Amino acid sequence: MSGLFAVPRPLHPLAWWGWALGVAVAASRTTNLLLLVLLGAAAGYVVAARRTEAPWASAYRVFLRIALVIVAIRVVFQALLTGSAGTVVLVTLPRIPTPAWLTGVRLGGDVTAEALLAAVADGGRLAVIMTCFGAANALASPSRLLRSLPRALHELGVAVVVALSAAPQLVTAVGRVRRARRLRALPHRGFRGALSIVGPVLEEALDRAMTTAAALDARGYGRRSLVPAGRRRLTTVALLGGLLGVVLGLYGLLDGSTVLHIGQWAEVTTGTLGPVLVLAGVAGCVVGLVLGGRAVVRTRYRPDRFLAAEWIVLASGAACAGLFLATAALGGPASGLSPNPWALETPGLPPLAALGVLCALLPAHLTPPPPPTRAPEAA
Amino acid sequence: MNPVVRWETVSFHYPGAADPTLSSVDIALPEGELCLVVGNTGSGKSTLLRTVNGAVPHATGGTLRGRVRTAGRDTASHRPRDLADVVGMVPQQPADAFVADTVEEEIAYGMECLGVAPDAMRRRVEETLDLLGLAEVRARPVTALSAGQQQRVALAAAFAAQPALLVLDEPTSALDPPAAEEVLAAVQRLVHDLGTTVLLAEHRLERVAQFADSALLVPGAGRPPVVGGTAEVLADAPVAPPVVELSRLLGWDPVALSVRDARRRAAALRLPAPPPTPRAEAGEVVASARGLVARHGPVPALRGVDLDLRSGEVVALMGRNGAGKSTLLSCLAGLHRPRSGRVMVGEADPARLRRRDVARVVGLVPSEPADLLLADRVDRECAAADREAGATPGHTAALLAELVPGIPADAHPRELSCGQRLALALAVLLARAPRLLLLDEPTRGLDYPAKRRAADVLRRLADDDRAVLLVTHDVELAAQVADRVVVLAEGEVITDAPAAEALAASPAFAPQVAKVFAPTPYLTVDHVRRAAREASA
Repeated sequence: MSGLFAVPRPLHPLAWWGWALGVAVAASRTTNLLLLVLLGAAAGYVVAARRTEAPWASAYRVFLRIALVIVAIRVVFQALLTGSAGTVVLVTLPRIPTPAWLTGVRLGGDVTAEALLAAVADGGRLAVIMTCFGAANALASPSRLLRSLPRALHELGVAVVVALSAAPQLVTAVGRVRRARRLRALPHRGFRGALSIVGPVLEEALDRAMTTAAALDARGYGRRSLVPAGRRRLTTVALLGGLLGVVLGLYGLLDGSTVLHIGQWAEVTTGTLGPVLVLAGVAGCVVGLVLGGRAVVRTRYRPDRFLAAEWIVLASGAACAGLFLATAALGGPASGLSPNPWALETPGLPPLAALGVLCALLPAHLTPPPPPTRAPEAA
Repeated sequence: MNPVVRWETVSFHYPGAADPTLSSVDIALPEGELCLVVGNTGSGKSTLLRTVNGAVPHATGGTLRGRVRTAGRDTASHRPRDLADVVGMVPQQPADAFVADTVEEEIAYGMECLGVAPDAMRRRVEETLDLLGLAEVRARPVTALSAGQQQRVALAAAFAAQPALLVLDEPTSALDPPAAEEVLAAVQRLVHDLGTTVLLAEHRLERVAQFADSALLVPGAGRPPVVGGTAEVLADAPVAPPVVELSRLLGWDPVALSVRDARRRAAALRLPAPPPTPRAEAGEVVASARGLVARHGPVPALRGVDLDLRSGEVVALMGRNGAGKSTLLSCLAGLHRPRSGRVMVGEADPARLRRRDVARVVGLVPSEPADLLLADRVDRECAAADREAGATPGHTAALLAELVPGIPADAHPRELSCGQRLALALAVLLARAPRLLLLDEPTRGLDYPAKRRAADVLRRLADDDRAVLLVTHDVELAAQVADRVVVLAEGEVITDAPAAEALAASPAFAPQVAKVFAPTPYLTVDHVRRAAREASA
């Protein structure tokens, strides 16, 4: 390993979130079970190799559990509700008749292997996307990600972080109040118990929010330099106009067939107008953020740097997504990314996509390790 | 010398309040001093402190008349955020004000907001970490720190931005003594080594009075506050640490502020050995624990505790945090089932009773007494307690009036003072007439007079054929009220002795008066008063 990567340091959170996004995009392109399992394993391997010892790193386990629940729910619903095509019948559940207006919904009946497999693949895709999100959480805390927001949005980020950090305090407050209810031999379980607990806990949370707001204010949250009125208006117009452009443009991208008539002289389809609007909107937002950022006096303490290792992480995620997209584009329906679930065949391993999975693994070794949380004992 | 803060004929009304919280405040705070703010709870100390950075009235609403100038800036036209570079506020509950993940990011946050250049910021963070002894925990998440460390981080965060003035509003009220000591030592260091101007409201006066350069007395009830030398102001302040009370009793002028000072003057004094305190003879055993072993998850909390609680006695349970005190309370109240060993309260094991029956034999006041309360008015709370206990209507209200008279029936429990809330919680529990009373840190947040009243109440409750066990870190309270002191360490009882014996001999638990007169075993100013009276008679 070269010297550049040997010094332990936390990577820029954007790099990890970009990488996770790449892997998630790749997963969203396939229902090939083999590829999905490989992608999930690759993400897990990177997490195991590079996560920190901070408390939020344990979020990965939570997301893994959510992913498993997603698959289970998908399979159960498939088996119980939607009914099954396919020929290999595994079990036959008693059928419950549904009223006539509920045609298309079937309760019970034959459960086929094909249908279950399709459900597993479908749920698996969502599950792998969830684990990617969990991996990003474990590798770089979301609050650090919010810290790298543009200056104009920074305070929004702080507000979100502070709000989120109130959640664990709420949990302890609930525990405390429940204990006190037991001391007074009052109902502390069930609906009535919950109702009597909600009041005091919310009151306390409100009090705490007021304290927090005052404390933030006292520390200089929201300080701005004086900005001439003209530039303030320009900032607002650029930001709002930009957002409007992005929204309209996205609409155009999603439905490209509508024809717009501009008076009697010209007509244009939303398909061509969409990308133009999106680009213009993004440009407007950037201008607005830069202008807004100038009014902010704040500086940043030890900003996360974006060095070679960060580029490698970002590139490996992009390569993973790119190779999956390329496989889909080149191979069409026969690419092997979405095998026909009704055929009950062993999923193949498209070479380009396999290469993509390997790319996703790279950050596990080509990045500096995270710094140890506890300083080593002084010798 | 330029005053850092100047109040010019300031008065302040909270919105909707009939009486002003502050009136005719006309004082100036000089630079480079540690100024101690003293006054009863509810006298307007916090309000006065919060006028310094404009949080009163910008954040609270209300009407402020007159003018407050902080570092030359008028707070009427400057919001708290515009004063953030000259005033550093240290909150009472630091955990509510944290914004960053790790210690060093938290310390840097204020400077980031002020736009301090990155390299200067880096330097100051490193220096501050060293000054306040936080270097080892710099990369830790702030939530993983102990309460004392958290308060030191909050202090570091306020100090690092190099404000002209630090304002601390009871920074130790939620801490146990070792943690409080840690924080106050850090404050003292900032003042003495670095000449920081500090405005400090603190009710553990015995810890800080000797370090203060001046004191600001807020008498409350609309009377004007005064500033002066610490000894002069404390000489007739309504709140005073034991050495000051002792000085008043013995007519020392100026009053002694430290144990050292008092000890030197007391050397000339000839006091007889203290008369044996009239001890209520301990009655029958109300509750007992034998070989109690309990754990929290894998962590052993109690390792074989034996304890008897008799009617008519007040027992103080002491020991550092994590020694198992709260677990012992939980076991006695039947909330926690011990691994082995036996708990008997009355004739039964509380862990095997229904909660309704447990409440008839044990009453436990948690460290937040407000958790026990559910109604939105004091009278409704009392009525609810009557119904739960099956008592005649008015029973709880009568109990409450007996404990602390004069609590308005239509007040919201949240508006009561800490002492009144404690009394209300006690009354609610007493409605079911339990013979064993357990209290977890009952005097947290109480000032000296309120503490004395609480001690009287506990004494009366015990004399009324009950056993009272209180967990406390407060040695002065233990000296005032306890018959017996039990010290836990690592889940084992290491001391179980009469209070005079356990407290006077211990370097860690000796109250101020005991330190002044050692080796003569006086514990409180009352003991000295009684001895002096008998000597003169």
